[in-house]
Order: sequence, then C-alpha cells, then structure tokens
Amino acid sequence: MKESNHIITTENVNFYYGDFKALQDITMGFEKNRVTALIGPSGCGKSTLLRLLNRMNDLIDGTRVEGKVLFEGADIYDPRVDPVDIRRRIGMVFQKPNPFPKSIFKNVAYGPRVNGVCRKRDLDALVEKSLLQASLWNEVKDILDRSAMTLSGGQQQRLCIARALAMKPDVLLMDEPTSALDPVSTAKIEELIEELKKDYTIIIVTHNMQQAARVSDCTGFFYLGRVIEYNRTDLLFTTPEKKQTEDYITGRFG
Amino acid sequence: MTRTLKELFIKNILLLFALVSVIILGLIVLFLFLEGLPVFEVVSVADFLFGLEWYPTYDPPDYGIWPLIVGSLVVTFFAALLAIPLGVLSAVYIAELAPGPVKEIFKPLVELLAGLPSVVLGFFGMAVVAPLLQNTFNLPTGLNIVNASLILAFMAVPTIASITEDALYSVPAEFKEASYALGATKAETIVNVVMPAALSGIATAVMLGMARAIGETMVVLMVAGGAAAVPESIFDPVRPMPASIAAEMGEAPVGSIHYHALFATGIVLFFMTLAFNLAADYISERFRETGSGTL
Ligand SMILES: Nc1ncnc2c1ncn2[C@@H]1O[C@H](COP(=O)(O)OP(=O)(O)O)[C@@H](O)[C@H]1O
Ligand SMILES: [Mg+2]
Repeated sequence: MKESNHIITTENVNFYYGDFKALQDITMGFEKNRVTALIGPSGCGKSTLLRLLNRMNDLIDGTRVEGKVLFEGADIYDPRVDPVDIRRRIGMVFQKPNPFPKSIFKNVAYGPRVNGVCRKRDLDALVEKSLLQASLWNEVKDILDRSAMTLSGGQQQRLCIARALAMKPDVLLMDEPTSALDPVSTAKIEELIEELKKDYTIIIVTHNMQQAARVSDCTGFFYLGRVIEYNRTDLLFTTPEKKQTEDYITGRFG
Repeated sequence: MTRTLKELFIKNILLLFALVSVIILGLIVLFLFLEGLPVFEVVSVADFLFGLEWYPTYDPPDYGIWPLIVGSLVVTFFAALLAIPLGVLSAVYIAELAPGPVKEIFKPLVELLAGLPSVVLGFFGMAVVAPLLQNTFNLPTGLNIVNASLILAFMAVPTIASITEDALYSVPAEFKEASYALGATKAETIVNVVMPAALSGIATAVMLGMARAIGETMVVLMVAGGAAAVPESIFDPVRPMPASIAAEMGEAPVGSIHYHALFATGIVLFFMTLAFNLAADYISERFRETGSGTL
C-alpha cells in the first residue's frame, strides 16, 4: 500500500462519549477507490469510527476527539473546517434505510438542492444519473413522484445510496447497509458496491464476514475500541496474524 | 368470571363511557339548536347574520350580529397573525436550537403560561395594556381590537408552542441524520425536513390555538371594548360573539327573542369552531409527510 493512495488517514485517534473512551489510538489509512471493510463484535466502535470520518459525531453532545483525521491531507477537525463541507464530500448510508417522507425525486434531489443546484434540467439529469448508478432507475423511473415510503426496504436502501451519490461525494461511508435487508436485496447492494468502487472510495461496516470477504479489498478488525488487525482482505481472512482475529473470523466469539 | 367474559365486560364498560360523553355532547348541541332556532321566526337568517345593527333591548329591537361576527373574526385574525409565528418559532427554538439549560427553563415556563387563568390575562390587559395603548396612541379607549388581539395571542401562544413542540419531537432522528449527512446545515434541516415532517402536527397546533382564541370569552369581555359596531380601525372597540353572549345572557329573560338570539349567536360560533377543526383535519391530511423507512 503506497502512502499516497490513502484518501483518508487517522493518526492516533482517541474518541470519547463524555468520559467513555470508545476509540483508542486508531491509526489507519483508507485507500482511494478501494472498498475497506470494518468488522468486529457489536459495540467495538465500528460505527463510531465511521461517523468520525464525516463528523457526524459532532451532532452528539459531549463527544471529544483527540488525534488527527486527515482527508486528502487536511485535518477535518481543524477549527477552521466547516463540518458541512466535509459531509458534502463524504457521503453516508445508514444501517436502517432512512429515506425522507417525500417523493422519490425529492429524496435524490435533496442534497443537490441544499447545495445550490436549482435548475430543473440539471436536477432531472442528476436524479436520473444517481438512480442509474444505484441501479434503481428502471424500477422507479415511472413513479418518481410517488412517496419513497411506498418502496420496499431494499429499494429504499438503494434510494438512500442514490441520494448520497447525487452529492458526487469522494467517499461513501456505509454502516451495515444490508443488515436490515433480505438476501436478494443484499446481493443487489453488494453488486452495486462492486460497481461503485470504480469511482468512489467506500468504507463499509459489516457484521457479516462473508460480505466483508466478498466485497472488500482491505479489512480492519476491531475489538473494544482498538484496531486489532488491518490488512488486505484475502490475507486477513486466510492467514490472520492475531489470535483474536482468528477467533472472531472462525466464529469462536463475537 | 372467565377470561372472555371479563374482556367482554371491560369492552362494554368502556363503550358505555364513550357513549355517555358522545350522548351528552349531542344533547348540548341539540339544546343549542332548540333554543337558538326560534329567533328565525322573527328575523330571517340573512338579516340575523348580515344585519348591521345589534340593539336587542331597543324598541323596536334589531337582531343583526354582523358586527359581532366581524368583531370575533378581526380579533382572531390579528391574534393569529401574532400567535402563529411566535408560537411556532418559539417551539422550533425550544425543540431544535436551545442548549440544554435554556430549554430546561423555557419549556416549563411556556407550560406555566398555558395554565394562566384567562381572567388574569384579561386583568393584565385592562390594567396594563389598555392605559399603555391609550397614552401612546392618544386614544379615547385602550380597550379595543389591538388590546384584545394581543391578549388572545398571548393565550394562544403556549397552546400552539407546546403542541408544535411535541410534533417536532416526534420527527424521527433518522430524518435529521440523513439531512445532515447530505451536507445540509441545521437551518436547512429544520426548514426542509423537520418542519415538513411535523406539518400536520403544527397545523393541529395552530387550529387548536385559534379555536381557543375564537371561543375565548373572558378576555374579549374584559378588553375588547364591547362596542357592537363594525370597526373601522384596529383601535376601535369591538364586541366579539362570546363577549356578547356572556354579557347579555344574565339580563335576557328566558324564552324572549333576545334569549333565543343569543343562543343563535352560539350556533354561529359553534359552526365557526367546527370550520376551524375541519380545516385543521384537512390541512393535516393534505400535507402529511410522515412514515418511516421499512425494514
Ligand atoms: N451516543 C452514544 N453515547 C454514548 N455511548 C455511545 C454512543 N454511541 C455508542 N456508544 C458506545 O460506544 C461504543 C461503540 O459503539 P458503536 O460505535 O456503535 O459500536 P459498533 O458500531 O461497533 O457496534 C459502545 O460501547 C457504545 O455503547
Ligand atoms: Mg454499529
């Protein structure tokens, strides 16, 4: 891994919810145009780390960050940085599909609209492109005015992906995006991730080890707020270096 | 007793209680109509509603309640103009923007305001607002539309604010997170996501606040000035319908035309509040933006 290929790096990051230290001394780099998976038992800090990378944790009272998080070489926790700018460039997909209770079109157009795209023609094009990228266009092109709430769970999640893509982000953070979906929808989203990594850097939290093995290039294993092991996915799953990693991926604890 | 029997028993008891309140309500409405409708043997509906003169005790008497209707609508309108933005915006502030300690102070304060007896507010209007208006604008009387609207708004704000606040709290956090994650600012999130998702609740809040204002009696009796004439300026005194009913009911002999006319005024008031409630229902259905992602 060449250093220069890292779009995001964290340096000795500690993270606190009040007095509780949820992340400890995290130093890792995330490669550009690759899929990085974060795995580990519940409560080990995967979501916390993910939300640290686009400053979503700022929204929770009483949180504190130590260390550096560099995005394209600049510290995103520098006081001069507006978290809104960071979130425009680092998109996020949540565990539970959370479309707005608005039409399908308005959902996808939401991000561009708040960022100043208002010409109808531009929005139309952007919505179509994003839905195509999220392989949802064929299913919804005739019902763009219908409420997003009428879609199935899998479609809603792809809509959320389209909504994030409409911002043209550099990085896409996904927090267990398929944990609430059926196997068919899950397979669709995994295919989609394969497709998207040509243009985007993806960091995905997953509970599902097969999923990590299938979709990712690198995998980090977390335990109790620390990175235990971080390596190429094929190596981590075939020849784990640490005992804890081996125990986890072979299902001996978790 | 067997379990199914118990279930049946409980269900029927509850049905009975529900029926009792519905029946009592129905009887009150029936009574209102029985006592109000006879006035139309003396005056036509059109003359009653649109007549410009309300002189029920003169000889010959006039039973035109148009000045009273206008009085009610005007004070409610100006109260709404003040109370809706104030109530909704203070709820947005308390629910979405206020830092913890400020919220702890504001929230109970608003609730306390909601509990103020209207006679106290009316007293405040008479003793403080009226002289202030009279001196500042050099008016013959400080008991007028402006005064009544101010006090009514003051009464409606806590109702609107606390119901709006609940509507805002019930917006799922996941919508806000989604909005922030798309690079929206706090203000954009409130305007584009939180308020639309809470709109039906906000509409209910506004309508309930206004229904309270239009039906409110004590305040308008005390500070609206009591003149049964169509106002020409916002500093004119008026006599809204509830004030007229409350002030005159004691003097009107039971069964007299005046007595029936007051009940008929009550019918008009009843239809107006009904219209407010129907409007609230319609608006909240029409602009519904609710629901949550399915799993
Ligand atoms: N908002 C919060 N406030 C306080 N503690 C939290 C909060 N969110 C998560 N935590 C704690 O931080 C730790 C890591 O949580 P999380 O990042 O959600 O784990 P994971 O996603 O790996 O399951 C857990 O112990 C959890 O209880
Ligand atoms: Mg998690």
